[in-house]
Order: sequence, then structure tokens, then C-alpha cells
Amino acid sequence: MTFLRQVVTIVHKDITAELRTKEMFSSMFVFALLSVVIFNFAFELRVADAATIAPGVLWISVTFAGMLGLNRSFVLEKDQGCLDGLLLAPVDRSAIYFGKMLGNFLFITVVEAIILPIFSALFNVNLIQPWVLAVMLLGTLGFSGVGTLFSAMTVHTRAREVLLPILLFPVVVPALIAAVKLTAGLLDGRALADMTNWMQLLIAFDIIFIAVSYMTFDYVVEE
Amino acid sequence: MKTSRLDGTIVLNLVTAVFILVALYLALIQSPAPANVDTETQRYAQRIIYFHIPHAWVGFLAFLVTFVGSVLYLWKGERRWDILALSSVEVGVAFITATIITGSIWAKPAWNTWWTWDPRLTTSTITWLIYISYLMLRSALDDPARRARFAAVYGIVGFISVPITFFAIRWWRTIHPVLFDASNMGLSPNMRFPFFFSLAAFTLLYLVILIQRVRVEHLADQVARLKASLTSIK
Amino acid sequence: MATIEIRNLSKSFGSHTALRNVDLTISEGEFLTLVGPNGAGKTTLIRIVATLSRPTNGEVWVDGWNLADGAAQVRQRIGFISHQPLLYGDLTAEENLRFYGRMYGLSDLPTRIDEVLQQVGLLARQRDPVRTFSRGMQQRLAIARAILHHPVVLLLDEPYTGLDQQAAAMLDEVMQAVGATSRTVLMTTHDLGRGLVMSQRVAILSAGQLVYQAPRADLDEVSFRQIYRESVTG
Repeated sequence: MTFLRQVVTIVHKDITAELRTKEMFSSMFVFALLSVVIFNFAFELRVADAATIAPGVLWISVTFAGMLGLNRSFVLEKDQGCLDGLLLAPVDRSAIYFGKMLGNFLFITVVEAIILPIFSALFNVNLIQPWVLAVMLLGTLGFSGVGTLFSAMTVHTRAREVLLPILLFPVVVPALIAAVKLTAGLLDGRALADMTNWMQLLIAFDIIFIAVSYMTFDYVVEE
Repeated sequence: MKTSRLDGTIVLNLVTAVFILVALYLALIQSPAPANVDTETQRYAQRIIYFHIPHAWVGFLAFLVTFVGSVLYLWKGERRWDILALSSVEVGVAFITATIITGSIWAKPAWNTWWTWDPRLTTSTITWLIYISYLMLRSALDDPARRARFAAVYGIVGFISVPITFFAIRWWRTIHPVLFDASNMGLSPNMRFPFFFSLAAFTLLYLVILIQRVRVEHLADQVARLKASLTSIK
Repeated sequence: MATIEIRNLSKSFGSHTALRNVDLTISEGEFLTLVGPNGAGKTTLIRIVATLSRPTNGEVWVDGWNLADGAAQVRQRIGFISHQPLLYGDLTAEENLRFYGRMYGLSDLPTRIDEVLQQVGLLARQRDPVRTFSRGMQQRLAIARAILHHPVVLLLDEPYTGLDQQAAAMLDEVMQAVGATSRTVLMTTHDLGRGLVMSQRVAILSAGQLVYQAPRADLDEVSFRQIYRESVTG
């Protein structure tokens, strides 16, 4: 069970550091909020029913805000050579992957938890429903899964903030489509049983990409 | 040894050139008139099928080669697999670019729009974006070993996402009204020979360019090695 | 029984060879200082021994374990200090040590943390975030981190970088206090003066090759500087 303990230790460390500065959280939250407000203004002039575009706007805001968090997570490690510190310890490299991934997942989820009520109010839709929340979690999980792998790569480059979205977006398109479809369907009042293929796609995406990321993480982190 | 290698590829190059010329002739001059189109423009535009679809297939073949090269690189750590992966991406991007452009050219006279969100075209575009990102990732890294490793990882993840993306977009498009469905452009029997000939010709072209690109990269490595050994002589 | 054995070690980055057939043995309890100009490969070498980098060729054995298949065991036995502190700035000294302690699977952590903080003279600052520490203090905490898990081997990569005279002297004191002289130590530096003070043996690395080795007792600073000048430029 040392594997599990190490994963938990890493998550705990990230949470402790973040609680102290709230840097990542505040930038993610402010960015998400700004996106939501700007989209609201941008579309209000042309779209009669705000609820139509709500799912799309929600997921775009969440993904862009999420990118900020993903970036920061590894920048903090690389900064003082801390990644070396992690690698020096007798730790399975995949424990590092899961630790960082769960940390990222948690941070983005917390931002979502606060954004959702605000979003619901601004767009006049009810997002606080069990299945909508489930979709949020599943979508965020897949996004964090691949995002953690890619941010571990982009942290070594010069243009890291720009490169992460470029690498990540094309790959998460299926998850994004599924998440938006499901959210839209649920808001329209459709039963989940009607949309099982999207749910399956989202879950399959999560499983496949977390597996692939976990298997290739060693190659990214070791020299 | 080198001279015979040079001879080998000259033969391949000549054969490919002949194939391409014949394919062009078959597609543009000799090809049978399509049945279900109305205007003169559409009849000519439809000939793009001999280019558009082979380009798409060859493009995806190129990315399959990249996937294999990436896996082999991570497994064996030998530079030649990295060179194969990189070269195949570059050629693949060229073919997919051609696919997107020919798709657009086809769409305009047929459906009066430059772009459609057809599942295959959309998937091709996203695939194109993935491999452009691959090249951008490479150019952002200086350390050759790290560059090769990271590119290989991205090559693997990117390739796996392509079929998943295709299904996602396909399901997405079946709900929205579709402007056209490329599968309607079925291949009548007398179109089959020019089509498959064209496919063979473009696959050969892919091989020719790939071989040359791989060679260039190997030569670049050699130059770098020579430079390093010259400057370190005390 | 020799604690660090480096056999025929080579490392290349693409076409650049950083280390060339290095053979070096550091006996149990010995303190060896490796000096050399910038770019000689000192950091590359020590990072390989620290398991942070993989060799292109050759083998490294630490305390009887081969790096290639016994990496986890090696990691348990080595403490690494670099010119970067490897500490999380937003966490307190105590939290940093607790984190690393858990990663190394140490038992009775609170006692051990107090112990090492006492040894490096930072007990009073244990609840302060590390980013408020001066460079010298960070380096001392880095030593605490490095010895937390009772490693038999210490690897120091240019530990005096960025330290003024006072801080450097304090570092020496701390290293004495933690028994650096009774563990097996490999230290790299380009500061020749410091290089001689604590070591029992010195070696010179130039352009990736080991060009000189001798027991410290045979040398004084003047003769060493002379030998260094000759070995590096000759």
C-alpha cells in the first residue's frame, strides 16, 4: 500500500501548498468567471435563448481555466528542481502521475463547484442536477488524465503556456463533444437512457487515456 | 554500397513518376463521366475523388507509420525510429493538407459551401491539428533525446485519439442535419480501376518522399556528429 | 567494499558526448571531490549516479546495487544536494521534510525531523515557509532533506553555488555536523580551494574524461592548481 500512500502524500502536498497561496485556484476561478461573463455578453446580442449555448460556454470556460491549473501544477515542481526531488525518492513514477493527476482533478473540480451556481444564475439554467454533476466529473477526469501527461512535457519547453492548449485540445475533442452533448441533453430534460452512447464514449475516453497516460508517463519524466 | 542504394531509389522514383502520370491521365482525361451529377462544373469537380480520398488514406497511413515508429522508439531507444516517425508526420501533414483543400474544392461546386462538417473531413482536420502540434512540440524542445521521447509519447496518444474522435464526430453529425454525405459518391465499377491506380500511385509517392526525408535527417545527424568531433579536437 | 563504482561510463546527448569511458571508484566512507571546468560533465556524471539520468553506456554500482535494475534500492541509499534546493517554497521547512519523509517511507517522522533540523541549525525556523529563507538557509535545509533517510552515500553537485563566504563556511560546518566526513561522499565543484578542504581524494574531469586522480594528502593548493591548469588545457 506504499503506492497509495505516496499518491495521497503528493495530493496532500499540492493541496497544502495551494491552500497557502490560493494562486492556482484564484487564477482559475477568475478566468472561468471572466469567460462566462464575456461569453454571456458576446452571445446575448445574437442568440435568443441563452440556454442553447450554455453547455458549450460552460465547457469552454472550464477547459481554458483547467489549462491554467494544469500548467501551474508542474511549473511549481520544475521551479526549484522539486521534480528531481520526487524522482530521487524510491517512488514508482506512476505514483507521481496519479498524485499529480488527482491533485489537478481536485482543483478543477473545486473551481467547477463554485462556478456552477454562478453559471446557472447567469444563464438561467439548472446545472445542479445529479447527472449533470456526474458528467462534469467524468469530463474533468479525462481532461486531467491527458492534461497531466502533456503538462509534464510542456513544462520543459520555452512556450509552455501556449503549447499546452495546442497539444491538448485536438486530443480531448471527443470528450468535449460527449460532455457538451450530455449536458445539453440533460438540460433539455432528456433521459440518460437515450444518451448511453455518449456516456459510453466519455467513460471509454477516460479509461483509455488515463491508461495510456499512466503507461507513457515514465518516458516523459525520466531522462 | 552507397552507389547501389542510390540506384535502388532512382528506380523507385522513376516508377512512381510513371504511376503518377498515368494516374493523372486516368483521372483527368480518360475517366468515365459520373452518373448522378447535374452541372458541367460538378462533373469536373467530382474527379477530385481520385485525389481527395487517396490523399486521406495515405495521410492516415503516414500517421500509422508514425505510431509504429513512436512505439518502437520508446521500446528500443534507437534514433532511426524517431527519424521515421518525424519524417512520416511531415509527409502525412502534406497529404492531409491536400485532403482538406481538395475536400473544400469539391464542396463548393457541389453544395455551394466551402466547408462542411462532414465526419470524415472534420476528423481529418482535427488529425491535421494533432500532427501540426506534434511538429510544434518538437520545435519547442532543444535536447534531442527529450525531443524524441516526448514526440513519441505524443505520437502515440495522438494516434489513439483519431478513431475515438471519428466516432464522436460521426455520432454528433447524425443528429444535426448533414449537408452532404460523401459515401453517396459511390464508386461505380468503371471508376474502380482509376481510383485504385491513383491510390497506388500516391502511396508510392508517399514512400518516395518519406525515404528522401529520412535520408536528409540521417545526413543531418552525420553532419552534427562530424561538427562535434571536429570542434572537440584539442 | 567499494560503495560507488563507476565503470566505463559514457553519456551522449545526440551528437554531443558529455562523458567518455569514465572509470571511478569511491571507497566506503571516502570523500572524493571532482573538479573540472564548466561543461566538463561533472553535473552529468553526478546526476547519473543519483539515478536522475540514464547512461548511454557503462555501469554504475552503489552499495552493491546496479543502477540499471536496482534503482529503487539505490535511491533509498543516496542523498542528493544540488545547486537547486529541491524544496517547495510555499511549504514550511517542517512540511517539506514531512513530505520527503513520507515519500521515503520513514517511521517516527516527527522525531527524525526535529533531529535533522537541529543538526542543520534550523529548528527555530521550522514553521516558516521556505521561500522566506535566505539562499544559505535553503541550502542547509536541503542538506536536512538529503540526510533525512539516513543515506550511506551523499552526492553534492556544486553545493557552494550562490553562497557568500559566510554561508559557505556555515555549509562546511553543517556538513561536518551531519557526518559528511564519515559517509561516502562525491562532491563536484569548480572551486578548487573548497574542493580540497574536506576531501580525502580529488579527481579532475575535463571534456568528459577523467584526466587525473590523487589522494588529497599528496597535494597542497598550489600544486593542485598547477596540475589542474595543465590537465585541463593540455
